[in-house]
Amino acid sequence: MDVLLAPFAYDFMQRAFVAALVVGVLCSVMGTYVVLRKLSFIGDGIAHASFAGIVIAYLRDANYALGAGAVAVLTALGIGFVNRRGGVSLDTAIGVLFTGAFALGIFLMSRAPRYSIDLQGYLFGNILAVSSTDLITIVGLGILVAIAVVILYRPLLYSSFDPIVAQASGIPVPFIDYVLLVLLALTIIVSLESVGIVLVAALLVTPAAAAAQLTRRFAPMMALSVAIGAFCSVGGLYLSYYLQSASGATIVLLATLVFFTAFGLRRVL
Amino acid sequence: MIAVRAQGLSVRFGGTAALDGIDVLVSEGEALGIIGPNGSGKSTFLKTVAGLIRPDSGLIEVFGKAPRDLEPGAIGYVPQVEEVDWHFPVSVWDVVAMGRFPYLRPWDRYGARDRSIVDAAIDALGLRPLANRHISHLSGGQQQRAFVARALAQEPRLLLLDEPTTGVDAATEDALLALIRERVHKGLPVLMATHDLDRAREWFDRMIVLDHKVLASGDPAAVLESGAYAGIREHTHVHGHMRV
Repeated sequence: MDVLLAPFAYDFMQRAFVAALVVGVLCSVMGTYVVLRKLSFIGDGIAHASFAGIVIAYLRDANYALGAGAVAVLTALGIGFVNRRGGVSLDTAIGVLFTGAFALGIFLMSRAPRYSIDLQGYLFGNILAVSSTDLITIVGLGILVAIAVVILYRPLLYSSFDPIVAQASGIPVPFIDYVLLVLLALTIIVSLESVGIVLVAALLVTPAAAAAQLTRRFAPMMALSVAIGAFCSVGGLYLSYYLQSASGATIVLLATLVFFTAFGLRRVL
Repeated sequence: MIAVRAQGLSVRFGGTAALDGIDVLVSEGEALGIIGPNGSGKSTFLKTVAGLIRPDSGLIEVFGKAPRDLEPGAIGYVPQVEEVDWHFPVSVWDVVAMGRFPYLRPWDRYGARDRSIVDAAIDALGLRPLANRHISHLSGGQQQRAFVARALAQEPRLLLLDEPTTGVDAATEDALLALIRERVHKGLPVLMATHDLDRAREWFDRMIVLDHKVLASGDPAAVLESGAYAGIREHTHVHGHMRV
């Protein structure tokens, strides 16, 4: 018992566990749509695009998370617009817009007289550095995304499975798609602090992909994905505490292990 | 009452006219068959009626309104089977139940009425033994029946069917025909693209021959014996596009 409770002796660890739980649950819920819509590339894309927002916020002396969030949402909406109006496939739209935004970040940074952005933190995350204010933002945005997913549960499901028939039947599919992209952008921003740009895509995809190995029904897949995401986030944080390892990487490695376990189980059972 | 009115309807993809000045009227309680070779614009016409494609010129009205201005659930559309991901994690019952989604607000649960409508559609299409199966386990004909069941569970005011008998066995085709004719008899207008010319007289009250333009229109027997149909048949014999 002492082993389980030991990390909670520290305030920063308490905040880290709450953040890990919220991020794990949130990414797993949104990851269900990411996997089913074959959008695995989007986590990586929007996370990288947010780098431009971080640099702009730095140059303007503004809040980094706000800058990252604004650019992430704009990129998500831009991806949806180019895909829908330009007849460009979604993965191509993601590829074009995220590299463009990322390059903008590098361009602006290269022109700054000097910079001291903690790139390490944004690339790999530092969940142990989550402040009380960060935690309020993470939980607040998490609740917002969760409410939106509950309200739009049926339209999201229908437009993910059969967007053409859903639209013919009167479901506002283009609006639903834009909302989904914005929710994904918010989820990614919430997760950046914890696992960083490089690993956020894994947290979006791996728990849902593991769940898809174990069930062939939508609601159980989402529930399993949430359970796996929460387990991996909290479990990974525990492991990183005792192994003295990077928390983000440990969380993602545990999720990868769970995926291959589920992959093996499906073939054995 | 006029259910579908198309006047001078044109749709272009790039420089190519998929539909070129289509005039079609369909009344309530009428089944219209649409025949023509592959690439003749049959699916494009149905998608335009469903509000999925905006016409470049001309008028398309469903019950006197633009398709997109209709209330949710008004148009039931059955696409060709290959247009969805059959590995999506849903059962046959889940798919058919989606027909009720346009009527359910976010806080609504499936009511007893919704469940009974979904169950009735599943029974009508003979899908009861398969209701809890994952959709990937269905044969082509069973998949098509699941689509039709979903459209019927939606209780639409207009039903659009895109080649629903492709890959379907004779028994399923008979069941589909009986079901659709029963709904038409009750007043449901139906537009159906088909390659199945042998049974067109049984399916439809009227037919059009489409090859980007309406080449012929009227009573199925007359259309099938018309010069327009013969021209299409000759064309398809040469190119192998259509079963006759």
